[in-house]
Amino acid sequence: MTHASVFRGSHKCTTMRSNSRPCGQTTPLASRCYSHAKVETDEEFDARWVTYFSKPDIDAWELKKGMNTLIGYDLVPEPKILDSALRACRRLNDLASAIRILEAVKDKSGPHKDIYPYLIQELQPTLIELGISTPEDLGMDKL
Amino acid sequence: MLFSFRMLATRALSLVGKRAISTSICVRGGHGVAKVDDYALPAYFDRRENPLPDVQFVTELSAEQRSLKEKEKGSWATLSNEEKIALYRISFKQSFAEMNEGTKEWKSVIAGMFFFIGMTGLVVLWQRKFVYGPVPSTFESEWKEKEVQRMLDMRINPVEGFSAKWDYENKEWKK
Repeated sequence: MTHASVFRGSHKCTTMRSNSRPCGQTTPLASRCYSHAKVETDEEFDARWVTYFSKPDIDAWELKKGMNTLIGYDLVPEPKILDSALRACRRLNDLASAIRILEAVKDKSGPHKDIYPYLIQELQPTLIELGISTPEDLGMDKL
Repeated sequence: MLFSFRMLATRALSLVGKRAISTSICVRGGHGVAKVDDYALPAYFDRRENPLPDVQFVTELSAEQRSLKEKEKGSWATLSNEEKIALYRISFKQSFAEMNEGTKEWKSVIAGMFFFIGMTGLVVLWQRKFVYGPVPSTFESEWKEKEVQRMLDMRINPVEGFSAKWDYENKEWKK
């Protein structure tokens, strides 16, 4: 439900709620009627996903579900989340998915060409440790 | 009796193919379980927003592929590039580069556009020749000369428009 990309929406405050300023009336600009829902911080979001992929007995379905959901968000995952996901692939003996994940995050970066090299740079130790080749190494980024 | 029915069904369906047996009707306790059609099972598809599809692309592995899968359980550093690519191709049909590749469809679209514009042009020309009658006599140059002279005599738009461009002294258009 909550995303790393923080979004703010206003909602009508009813007089029943313990809110000092009822909305709909002239409120000074300094005070806004924001939702009282707790917004997840980026660190909390990252930590949640790292934990998800770190499950020791994660199964293939959970990996797929997690990855597809993560790619559905309007963000490129942090290297630590990807590290966790790649290790999950290792536990599941799934090299193909590991390569696919790298392709997916490169695609996810869209026009921002500097994100993917940064991710690979950060993931280099993990890639070497697990023996994962990048799509570029295998020539899969070309047609 | 239940057994013999099942045997008959599977034997008959064995001609259709291996897949069909898994979708054959399972009769138990007199009630049937709903037949599972292919379209109701998880399908493979290449999409950017769904990087890891529900099923592998290759469902039936050859012996070579099966041994490769066994090797995958060990260290990945021992796999050659070809083996890694082979493993990728077992799980996935197209790479991201391949699935995002543009088609050459736009050439057909432009060609189609030009063709139909051309056809329309031919139709218009044909119409001009065979459908429409002659233009009114008021378009003849003789008529037009008299018309322009009449407009100048009437001093049409003498300030900034028509007659303003005519030099009445020298009886010619202003340069």
